[in-house]
Amino acid sequence: MNVHEYQAAEVLARHGIPVNEGRVATTPDEAEEAARAFGSLVAVKAQVHTGGRGKAGGIALARTPEEAREAATRILGMDIRGHKVGKVFVVPGADIAKEFYLGVVLDRPQRRTLVMASAEGGVDIEEVARERPEKIVRALADPLLGFHAYQARQMAFALGIAPDKVAGFAAIAQRLYETYIAEDATLAEINPLILTGSGEWLALDAKMSFDDNALFRHPDVEALRDPAEENATEVEARRSGISFVKLDGTIGCIVNGAGLAMATMDAVKLHGGEPANFLDVGGGASAEQVAKAFGLVTADPNVRAILINIFGGITRGDVVASGIREALGRVEVKVPIVVRLAGTNAEEGRASLAEAGLTAVDTMDEAAAQVVTAAA
Amino acid sequence: MSILIDRETRLLVQGITGREGSFHTTQMVEYGTNVVAGVTPGGRGKTVAGVPVFDTVADAVGETGANASIIYVPARFAPDAVYEAVDAGIPFVVCITEGIPVSDMVPVAAYVKAKGARLLGPNCPGLITPGEAKVGIMPGSIHTPGPVGLVSRSGTLTYEVVDALTRAGLGQSTAVGIGGDPVIGTSFVDALRLFQDDPKTEAIVVIGEIGGSDEEDAARFIAEHVTKPVAGFIAGQTAPPGKRMGHAGAIISGGTGTAAEKIAALEGAGVRVAESPSQVPGLLREAMAG
Repeated sequence: MNVHEYQAAEVLARHGIPVNEGRVATTPDEAEEAARAFGSLVAVKAQVHTGGRGKAGGIALARTPEEAREAATRILGMDIRGHKVGKVFVVPGADIAKEFYLGVVLDRPQRRTLVMASAEGGVDIEEVARERPEKIVRALADPLLGFHAYQARQMAFALGIAPDKVAGFAAIAQRLYETYIAEDATLAEINPLILTGSGEWLALDAKMSFDDNALFRHPDVEALRDPAEENATEVEARRSGISFVKLDGTIGCIVNGAGLAMATMDAVKLHGGEPANFLDVGGGASAEQVAKAFGLVTADPNVRAILINIFGGITRGDVVASGIREALGRVEVKVPIVVRLAGTNAEEGRASLAEAGLTAVDTMDEAAAQVVTAAA
Repeated sequence: MSILIDRETRLLVQGITGREGSFHTTQMVEYGTNVVAGVTPGGRGKTVAGVPVFDTVADAVGETGANASIIYVPARFAPDAVYEAVDAGIPFVVCITEGIPVSDMVPVAAYVKAKGARLLGPNCPGLITPGEAKVGIMPGSIHTPGPVGLVSRSGTLTYEVVDALTRAGLGQSTAVGIGGDPVIGTSFVDALRLFQDDPKTEAIVVIGEIGGSDEEDAARFIAEHVTKPVAGFIAGQTAPPGKRMGHAGAIISGGTGTAAEKIAALEGAGVRVAESPSQVPGLLREAMAG
């Protein structure tokens, strides 16, 4: 789950990290008022769940409250990479002497938490990692003991930080690691982390993502969820225990199992079609779940045909087939449906579906070819 | 021969009295798996599918000599179940549970390794040595004994490929589902090493998906250490970046973890990569024919 910059900054502040205290505004009036309260140069920053805000013109500096109002008028409602801006974060300008990058992520191959830092702050860190990997300093936290103080100091020295500033950097790095662990984050990033002209450390921007599987123990994090940033169908799917991702094609997919669901999308593409969604109904493919899945898929006006791909394992094919028939009794589906049913008792299942007037086939390739034709 | 499990395996089921645990215990017993004990705290004295239930793993191991465990307990209790199994001296633990937080799995994976044990999963279908033992939730009927070792990050997609192999007359030595989470106990490389060393396995199938770099590591290992023919399939060629595709670990992030990269890496290592799961048996036969 992603959150906005202002929310990430709040989380970091709660864990003792010095952040640039700003105000959220949803109207130009509020932005002007916030700028007036700060009484200084401010930055007006679009709050959207995507990167590249600066390049898209979603961040503006304003010298006066009037300029802040103008900037907010321009930025609010803007579309940044498909995200509509509903809020801006108005923050006081900072006196930047030096910019750093500091981030905590999971290192999947090492199965450990990785703390990363660079003296090239304020720029796209993925670009630095690609083009100047030697500019990034890394430390793996011990999976049982955590991130040691000496590791944080070692990073600071490797970055060439002045000796009298090392303790300050190390404290922030350790707190960022602690925040990541305590809040079950999947990403905690400060970019840039700055040294001000007067020698203070300050987190000027913050980005955090959280582990969906751990939200059950973080109701305060769950409360940060912004429904405006999420696809309504994806939200509804999550409530039903269905994994759903909206795509741009015309062929709706209903599949049991995540890997098979991806393979089904690929098969549609391979046969010349474009999938309209990823959808995993779960292993059992019960009538109830299939009915919900029909609802989710048919909510998309682009869908011109539906491919149901079920590999009946422990759940028998004939049971799955009667589930599909029952689901079709509950939800009206106006587009053609092709069902691929394989596995245990699949033949009986296909016969039952054929009786109900549905196209039921044996292999995934055949089903993909038929559904692409049906959608054309 | 086979890898990790066979008819000598003495299996313990953690969470045996739960809905999933009891259902799959019955299925595993019917398949012929030697299920010797189950554990549910407070369940001592009960039986499930004829299998005696104990309060603790230590009790179960002491009384039955269980040497492998399968975990069906809910996500918030599963890490504790892994610790309990490993501390009771169980060398091989299979965790079926989906939805365990990553921050719990990081120390679990490290602890299991430090104790010299092996973890398969979590968020996996388990593994099966056809005709000998099924330790998982896969449908036993689609498998048949034979020379192909299969390793996969997925569940139903694995069944799809196994079914295609069986229909093509290619039986399996062992089929292993390593799981779809970002942090898992047994990697592709671990499974490949076991298959390479298993005399009964003559050819290997690798089923990967988007996210992480486990397939790239597998490709490097295959190039350097695997002499047996390998075929594969990578799911998620049409998956958009930044979106989690069902499995917690199936996400393209920062431009890495794409299907195209994984396919290129595997092909570079001499693996025949199928465009569709149905092509896997044919490609594998070609590879086996040299």
